[in-house]
Amino acid sequence: MATAVETLAPPATQSGIWSWITTIDHKRIGALYAITGFIFFLVGGVEALLIRAQLAVPNGDVIDPELFNQLFGVHALTMIFLAVMPMGAGFFNYMIPLMIGARDVAFPRLNALSYWIFLGGALLLTSSFIFGGAPDAGWFAYAPLTSEQFSPGRNMDFYVLGILMLGVSSMAAALNFAVTIINMRAPGMSLLRMPVFVWMTLIISALLILALPPLTVALLQLLFDRHYETSFLSPGGGGDPLLWQHLFWVFGHPEVYILILPAMGIVSETLPVFSRKPLFGYSAIVFSGMAIAFLGWAVWSHHMYTTGLGPVQKSIFAGTTMTIGVPTGIKIFNWLATMYGGSIRFTTSMYFAVAFIALFTIGGISGVMHASPPIDTQQQDTYWIVAHIHYVLVGGALMGIFSGIYYWFPKMTGRFLGEGLGQVHFWLMFIGINLTFFPMHFLGTAGMPRRIYTYDSGMGWDFWNMVATIGALVIGVSLLVFIANFFRAMGQKPTAPNNPWDAATLEWATTSPPPEHDFDLIPIVRGRDPLWFDRDHGHAPAAAPDSAVHIHLPPPSYYPMMMAVGVLLLAVGPMTHLVLTAFGAVVIAYSVWGWALEPTD
Amino acid sequence: MAQASAVEHHPTSTGTDNRKLLWWIFLGSECLFFGSLLATYLIFKGSLAIPPFPTDRIVDAAALVGVSDAAREACHSIGNNLFECEGILDVPVTSQSTFVLLMSSVTMVLAVYGAQNNRLKMMKLWLLATMLLGLAFLGYQVFEFTTFGNEGLNLSSNQFGASFFMLTGFHGTHVAVGVLYLGSLLFASFRRSGLGPEAGFHIESAGLYWHFVDVVWIVLFTVLYLIPA
Ligand SMILES: [Cu+2]
Repeated sequence: MATAVETLAPPATQSGIWSWITTIDHKRIGALYAITGFIFFLVGGVEALLIRAQLAVPNGDVIDPELFNQLFGVHALTMIFLAVMPMGAGFFNYMIPLMIGARDVAFPRLNALSYWIFLGGALLLTSSFIFGGAPDAGWFAYAPLTSEQFSPGRNMDFYVLGILMLGVSSMAAALNFAVTIINMRAPGMSLLRMPVFVWMTLIISALLILALPPLTVALLQLLFDRHYETSFLSPGGGGDPLLWQHLFWVFGHPEVYILILPAMGIVSETLPVFSRKPLFGYSAIVFSGMAIAFLGWAVWSHHMYTTGLGPVQKSIFAGTTMTIGVPTGIKIFNWLATMYGGSIRFTTSMYFAVAFIALFTIGGISGVMHASPPIDTQQQDTYWIVAHIHYVLVGGALMGIFSGIYYWFPKMTGRFLGEGLGQVHFWLMFIGINLTFFPMHFLGTAGMPRRIYTYDSGMGWDFWNMVATIGALVIGVSLLVFIANFFRAMGQKPTAPNNPWDAATLEWATTSPPPEHDFDLIPIVRGRDPLWFDRDHGHAPAAAPDSAVHIHLPPPSYYPMMMAVGVLLLAVGPMTHLVLTAFGAVVIAYSVWGWALEPTD
Repeated sequence: MAQASAVEHHPTSTGTDNRKLLWWIFLGSECLFFGSLLATYLIFKGSLAIPPFPTDRIVDAAALVGVSDAAREACHSIGNNLFECEGILDVPVTSQSTFVLLMSSVTMVLAVYGAQNNRLKMMKLWLLATMLLGLAFLGYQVFEFTTFGNEGLNLSSNQFGASFFMLTGFHGTHVAVGVLYLGSLLFASFRRSGLGPEAGFHIESAGLYWHFVDVVWIVLFTVLYLIPA
């Protein structure tokens, strides 16, 4: 039978477009994730600005209601799935192997596959604007509004298939990082010596691995309802619309932590470095992270207080939801204690980290308020909720991500983002966030509903809506400053030393940017803050091996990208013609075969 | 499915092979996938209003309005405006297919034994046997689905049909993927280099997946067929 099977020879060069398409280097994949995520963040930002332009004045007519509904839903989907999660994934990819002292992730080609499937899903979801209309039922897509009967267009098909693809991508990434963190740590790096960012990544991976299956099942039910005549979710055919809500929020609440834990991990790295003090209460922060991940499973029905749950269920979910505030509070006090008595350096990264604590606390407090069913019943579907999620996700997740960007930029590029422009960026953004989202608390308590595309004058909503729109513009300007800062920095010569911030974790033990094989010698870990431990105990860095040493790296591969194309075809099929699905399956089978036989040595 | 990396040749932090750890975690995730499908099935099972039903059930005439002819045929009047509807599940036939799938786990164990002890002929033989048993199980499932279809059960007949076909259909898909997986290993083992130095590992990983799919079926068979209404 077959004696030899040809596999595609990877390109020989290290530059050019094909080297990026076939790369399996975690640093390049991290950069791809981060840049793609940032571009989609700008897309989501433009969507938000259109929404704010429409709502700036009463009876605005900037956009029509249909487009408003689409923008409203896709803004959320873009920011959650295409911007914040991938920017987090960019940091995981780039930093996790470096921080645990490994040369790559456990499965480099699987890592590339995650990225390409993510890109396919992102393009599929966003292309809906061109091909007949974007998803227009909110990011949670409550049944039965999403049924064939009430959403006859393709809008919700783009939602189902796009999110399914993004789920596959996240699942592959989560499996990969779980294995990498559990199995690939450098000698001496026990679990309780891992940097908090690594811990948070492990917890996020666990959350994704367990939360994505219920979402997948819900999406499949919706897909079957729309195209294959089942009625899981439509009451007309005997289905139960609340089934969707349960399955969706069993995913959706852990998803909130999937979005915020990367930022918590990042500030747990930057606060100690810029306070020149080890993290206060390391174990408490790690274990409260685990407690959050555990309790995160027992709170989903707090999104469903108004669906007619009984008093017992409401009390239980109110109790668990208030309990989950405790580990969050523990973290906040530990971060404050880390800064207390430290000799603080106010770099831009530190500004963002401190602002993270302040703004996230505001979002956390408004969150605990609607843990209480009677209060939530009043707040449900008002702008109060919009204010809460944006303090958590913009004031929290995004500020954390920017703290990480300013902190790790020299490691990733060898260059520094300008501190002057950085300060301008920070203050504009900080002011913009509070101008945009704080007034939404007032609008919410004044009864402004969440998803209306316009409103009449005389409701008492005019002034604060105008303020919020101005604030959104300020945030937009701050991002332009950041982009200018980025290009200015990239135009400079790389001058960054290995460890410009005098930080403690292993990624700073190698050059900036790191060589392709990350470390000439795999580092040995002797304490929780390895570089500080070695500095204080007089351990000199191990001598680099002579340059003749060749470190063997697996070759690049075409198959991840090819398989992602197959997955995209598979997904497009139900919307167009099932022939495409069959063709996609063939492409996937071919890629699996080539993947398995491709030499990796 | 070999997946090597620059560090693979070094011992891992836990001593477990990366690929094996990946399999275990992935199967944990699969548990939640089937768990969600099974939960959906059980939620609707309690509130079924119209036939076909999984097991015998007495309903009043209103439940038969608008039901397909095939489904109505299974319901006989017992007077008083009541009808007794015969359950659709055929436990004896599905017990046979369950037995077939259980036996495939035995042959899989033998194939792994052969691969790990370098008895390649034995490995190939039992791999083939496992595939054939898997195909037989799929044959039973095709037969069952067709029979149920003729008796009026389909995706749109009622919530039982929708959740039953989705749940067992996705399980069948997993079996089919397993058959393809074993088939490609068998095919590759006929190359001059065979499955390479890690043959034992590859067959063992495939076995892990295969046993998992079997265990899921044991749970489904128990909950869907053996536990009465
Ligand atoms: Cu929640």
